[in-house]
Amino acid sequence: MIARCLPHPWLSLTLLLVWLLLVNDFSAGQWLLGALLGVLIPLLSRVLWINPPRTRQPWRLLPFFLRVLGDIVIANLQVSRRILGSMDDLQPAFVEVPLEVHDELALTLLTSIVSLTPGTVSADLSDDRRRLLLHCLNVQDSAALVAEIKARYEAPLLEVFPCSA
Amino acid sequence: MHPWIEALVALFLLLGSLFALIGAIGLYRLPDFYTRLHGPTKATTLGVGGMVIASMIHFSVSEQSLSLHELLITLFLFITAPVSCHMLAKAALQQKLPIRPGTGGQPWEQ
Repeated sequence: MIARCLPHPWLSLTLLLVWLLLVNDFSAGQWLLGALLGVLIPLLSRVLWINPPRTRQPWRLLPFFLRVLGDIVIANLQVSRRILGSMDDLQPAFVEVPLEVHDELALTLLTSIVSLTPGTVSADLSDDRRRLLLHCLNVQDSAALVAEIKARYEAPLLEVFPCSA
Repeated sequence: MHPWIEALVALFLLLGSLFALIGAIGLYRLPDFYTRLHGPTKATTLGVGGMVIASMIHFSVSEQSLSLHELLITLFLFITAPVSCHMLAKAALQQKLPIRPGTGGQPWEQ
């Protein structure tokens, strides 16, 4: 019964939260309306979810997102220093990262996080979705960078989105 | 409003505008298309972040009720900025835009 009415409980919770933030009013009526939307929208959009992501313990993403937020602030400071510094000692590079995640949502999250964090922008995904091409603003050791991305961002995503493919 | 809170709001506004300015300077100074992508995607994120925090403090205090819908701006920015950046980079690779000499590694052909 619960599974039929709430096919995506986490999506429902997100919708409720986004609704409350949108109206900027935390009264009981808005909670009720938000809850109604949280139930109705996933039900009505069920046909659009071709491959619903399979997750394991999705709440573990929360501390991960907080760490990413901290990294984004650091990334901003580093890039700002690069921009204001000398352009001659800049070491830009294209770097390939072999991927282990297959889930579409996890891939989207990983490429977005990589684009938002220190000195890297995701430029292209190979056709077989096995490799990600990054452009880095300043890189001395590309092997170390690949290892860091895999350990810091890909590993936590793999825990939540287990290899299903 | 208490002058300390006003000072805090002003501080976050200044910080936000500073980072937005740095992002714009990056757009002007960085040598090629690919490096120029880095300025707007990152420095501006913190720029908007600073202004959003300032707005949250200001309206929470002046209207005596918690104002959190600015958080949605951050959320939408975090969803859209990497996607548009990725599309720009992909288009640039397709067009084979000149890459600054000295860039390590090679974009692939496919």
